[in-house]
Amino acid sequence: MATIAAAGSRGRRLSFDAAQRAATVLLVLVALVGLWELYRLVWSSAGWTWPFAVNSTTMPHVWTILKAFGEPAQVNQPSLATILFHKTLFTAKEAVVGFAIGAVVGFAIGVGLAHSRLAQRGLLPYIVASQTIPILAIAPMVVVWVNPKLPAGLQGWGSVAVIAAYLTFFPVAINTLRGLQSADPRALELMRSYAGSPWSVLWKVRVPASLPYVFSAFRIAATASVVGAIIGELPSGLQSGLGGAILNFNQYYSIEPQELWATNIVAAALGIVFFCVVVGAERLVVRRPPEVVE
Amino acid sequence: MSSVEAVVQVSGLTKTFPRGNVTALQDIDLRIDAGEFISLIGPSGCGKSTLLRVIGDLIEPTAGTVSVNGKPAQKARADRDYGIVFQEAVLFDWRTVAKNIGLPLEMLGWDRKRRQARVQEMLELVELGGFGDHHPWQLSGGMQQRVAIARALAFEPALLLMDEPFGALDEMTRERLNLELLSIWQQLRSTVVFVTHSISEAVFLSSRVVVMSPRPGRISGIVPIDLPYPRTVDTREEPRFFELVTQVRELLRHGGEQLLPEEEAALGERS
Repeated sequence: MATIAAAGSRGRRLSFDAAQRAATVLLVLVALVGLWELYRLVWSSAGWTWPFAVNSTTMPHVWTILKAFGEPAQVNQPSLATILFHKTLFTAKEAVVGFAIGAVVGFAIGVGLAHSRLAQRGLLPYIVASQTIPILAIAPMVVVWVNPKLPAGLQGWGSVAVIAAYLTFFPVAINTLRGLQSADPRALELMRSYAGSPWSVLWKVRVPASLPYVFSAFRIAATASVVGAIIGELPSGLQSGLGGAILNFNQYYSIEPQELWATNIVAAALGIVFFCVVVGAERLVVRRPPEVVE
Repeated sequence: MSSVEAVVQVSGLTKTFPRGNVTALQDIDLRIDAGEFISLIGPSGCGKSTLLRVIGDLIEPTAGTVSVNGKPAQKARADRDYGIVFQEAVLFDWRTVAKNIGLPLEMLGWDRKRRQARVQEMLELVELGGFGDHHPWQLSGGMQQRVAIARALAFEPALLLMDEPFGALDEMTRERLNLELLSIWQQLRSTVVFVTHSISEAVFLSSRVVVMSPRPGRISGIVPIDLPYPRTVDTREEPRFFELVTQVRELLRHGGEQLLPEEEAALGERS
């Protein structure tokens, strides 16, 4: 009975925490909107032009942006919200697949590096170097190399997923390596006393110990995969995703800036959703003392 | 005595660590018979933990031989001839208490049903019957250490190696666990090698106390403990207990060099 009561109060406390957290997030959002409008008001009424002149083009009203969702971007088309919804799904597909490829490849690289000091010395500099090359320089090559080999269903978006994977594998590889090395040396001694094979040491000690590290990499990779997918669409000439929409609305910015802003908000929201999914998965998978959980 | 099989036989053991050129152990000879409870005691740096790890083949000796159950230590480790308990419980947070205890059984390839039955037995043995589904962080330090003991004993190893297992616990908990450990040892009739820096703990538990001195680590003497088993809370108040504590303390203080001839002879007889 005592444990049931304790579990119940713990559940209540958790839902209270969640409500409190949601309220905080909402409060900050309201504050940001308020700041945006206040800044507009002060700068435009004072006529300040530093760092830039404030007007409906540089900083559209928040309500203008929100209203744009309900209106068609072009005549005889569905509302911007409907169009962005489909484009978001398309980009999300690229990002999810890119994240999955990046996570698997990154994890495998991390495991490989953890088991060979030679590989660490020899390959790590190049893995780091791979991330110093801007994604915009890599993307056209990936499209040219990967796209022709893809089956019809993967044409176009498949190569964008590979570009997203290029951004996501790196933090996963680095953190997996660090996480695998974080295993308690005494736990490794214990496994040695059981004459444990390297395979069982990997799966029973090193991988579970690495999970907190791997998941913090997944958080970074989740948002990076959305950025990778959006940027990857640009050189691919794809019009079906958020990247295409951003490119398109960019050209009409001077006339209808609210559409680009609306698209940016949607892109940010997609990144946040990805992030939250990873955090949720982490809660389910990683078991550790409650004090350690933030 | 000669009919009893040696569980551990250490001969001419020397261990130097190349870093800093430290001689951790020098010319150690030690024979441990089946069913003995041996404590290794000495100041820090005397190599007692190193000796335990060499017996367990967790580190390799520089010179000399170690055999366990008549086999080279390496073979004994591969055969899972011993269980080990460290100063910290070293439980895996991602496993429940029951799954922590079941870990060595998984390594041995036992099926789930057999594992569960044995884990339940071990939980009862260390008096944690209702805690199988808890996670390690939900237990006190003493309970965690009992889980570690249950895990070490789960596959019924003939030899139990313990490296200051109660060193991080408060004295009350430590004394209670001492009693529990003795009762487990007598139930299972296993052999225990126990590293400690507490003189009274060593005397209370052991059938023989091996006193070591540092730089280089060597055995300065062996004190046979003739207190009868089963030992109880009252054992710690007997005059003989204090005499033996004093004997061990003297040996620790003088490093075994300034013993009276008759004491030397008495020690020689026993070991």
